[in-house]
Amino acid sequence: MTTSEEKALQATACRVRMGVLTATHGAKAGHPGGSLSAADVFTYLYFKELNVDPSDPKKADRDRFVLSKGHTAPGLYAALANRGFFPVADLPTLRHIDSYLQGHPNMNTVPGVDMSTGSLGQGISCACGMALGLKKQGSTARVYTLLGDGEMQEGQVWEALMFAAHYKLDNLCVIIDHNGLQIDGPNEKVMGLGSIPDKLHAFGLEVFQIDGHNFRSMEGAFEIARQTKGSPCAIVLETTKGKGVSYMEGQVGWHGKAPNDEEYAQGMAELNAQLAELEAG
Amino acid sequence: MAEMKKIATRQSYGEALKELGALHDDVVVLDADLANATKTDIFKKAFPDRHYDCGIAESDMMCVAAGLAATGLVPFASNFAMFAAGRAFEQVRNSIGYPHLNVKIGATHGGISVGEDGASHQCCEDFALMRSIPGMVVMSPADDVEAKAMVKAAYEHDGPVYMRFSRYGASVIHDPDSFTFEIGKGEVLREGTDVDLIANGLLVAEALEAANLLAEQGISARVIDMATIKPLDEELVLKAAKECGRIVTCEEHSVIGGLGEAVCAVIAQHGLACPVERIGVNDEFGHSGPAGALLEQFGLCAGHIAQAAKLLRRN
Repeated sequence: MTTSEEKALQATACRVRMGVLTATHGAKAGHPGGSLSAADVFTYLYFKELNVDPSDPKKADRDRFVLSKGHTAPGLYAALANRGFFPVADLPTLRHIDSYLQGHPNMNTVPGVDMSTGSLGQGISCACGMALGLKKQGSTARVYTLLGDGEMQEGQVWEALMFAAHYKLDNLCVIIDHNGLQIDGPNEKVMGLGSIPDKLHAFGLEVFQIDGHNFRSMEGAFEIARQTKGSPCAIVLETTKGKGVSYMEGQVGWHGKAPNDEEYAQGMAELNAQLAELEAG
Repeated sequence: MAEMKKIATRQSYGEALKELGALHDDVVVLDADLANATKTDIFKKAFPDRHYDCGIAESDMMCVAAGLAATGLVPFASNFAMFAAGRAFEQVRNSIGYPHLNVKIGATHGGISVGEDGASHQCCEDFALMRSIPGMVVMSPADDVEAKAMVKAAYEHDGPVYMRFSRYGASVIHDPDSFTFEIGKGEVLREGTDVDLIANGLLVAEALEAANLLAEQGISARVIDMATIKPLDEELVLKAAKECGRIVTCEEHSVIGGLGEAVCAVIAQHGLACPVERIGVNDEFGHSGPAGALLEQFGLCAGHIAQAAKLLRRN
């Protein structure tokens, strides 16, 4: 990855973060914390990794993305809008009555959304079904799914991981946003997860653990994942919840709370400053 | 009456899947370690590369089915009714029902006639659970002929379908040469003028036998096979309510939330004065025992239906 490409991705990620703030501020609700920790991977997926076409969102050979941690829809929507699937100007209608931007992803109303999700633990199973279905039909398309670390407490996640390894779904890439926090507090206080990479490895996946805010690291991991044959891959992203907005970083309280007018203005000012710096450099 | 041939509709399900698989490459079958009980092993033997065992993980199986459907395949997800509709309810609701994906759920071992396994496996709540999901078609066939036709109709239907089959042998009452099936249409099996017996599943044959018993006592009963519980054939229910003015609903399901309540709702909504007696499991759990004896003990046989019909008075 060239430095200019990296900077371009960083700038896009900044715009995605602004979209997260704008959407949750407009909704007066929603989940900014986990949307921001995953903003970089949303950006990497939609601007570098996925074979998708905003002008033909349902094209048959597209790569699929399933947001298993569906509550971070603001992050997904912000990435989709910036990629051109729908107008960025629609983001503030998030969660409004009659808006197509439902509180959790709806595959039948939001262009670019491949699976309706929101109930934790289910998206990864759906992604397994998609990966199997595509393989079965001879497609070379790949399936990516993003889970929260707290979501790993759902038993169904482990059913799905067994399924993925058993059927050798090497077209499936399981991504974990490991920001360490969930609604009630740190993962380890709510329900200890132990070593997520060790567990994934024990379930038969090829595991990569990387800095989830570093595009060069992502490029390396996703590249190897794409070339891995015979088993599914998992990429554990070490991230900071609320990343990019100073007062939200590492704060569990920002899991599911919208910024008020003042907080919104401050957050946007910070992100605008980051963007100006990236574009100047 | 001559002894009728009996075939468990789970067997019909397995055989119909095999026939469907031969006709359509997009049919895939999922099971959760129960292939020789749900009879999907019949399909598996014929099409091993289109049968996927999910292991004992019913919740995962339902969402895998959703994912398969999202790629254009037509998955038949198979399990006991208790675990398909019960354990995996929320997966069916959120990952199949809400996105309205083209998944067919084949639930075997419905009702109390599961028998010796006892209450933990005797699902008498599945119609209620599945009916409550928007856009879900809910059906239960009377016999082998109807079950096979139903599986094919489910394939042709675009959207989620729940089908409930039985472990216990069902008398074959339909003629395979002349039978046609349409989702959402009840079938008049026997005409009558005094009372309507509206039944599904194993209780259709019991209702026919009840009509014989009633005829001996001078009561003319019309028998309707209401294989589709949702969408309900409201037109036929209203016709029954207006013409005979007395209805007995018969199902191997809780009296709460199944065919009986669905029929009552239609009648009430139209303001018709038509008393309805619901034959079903009366808000209690089952227990172990031979299927036939359980059906008798829980009041689900021809004699019980006839008795209920006799006691109903026209308003």
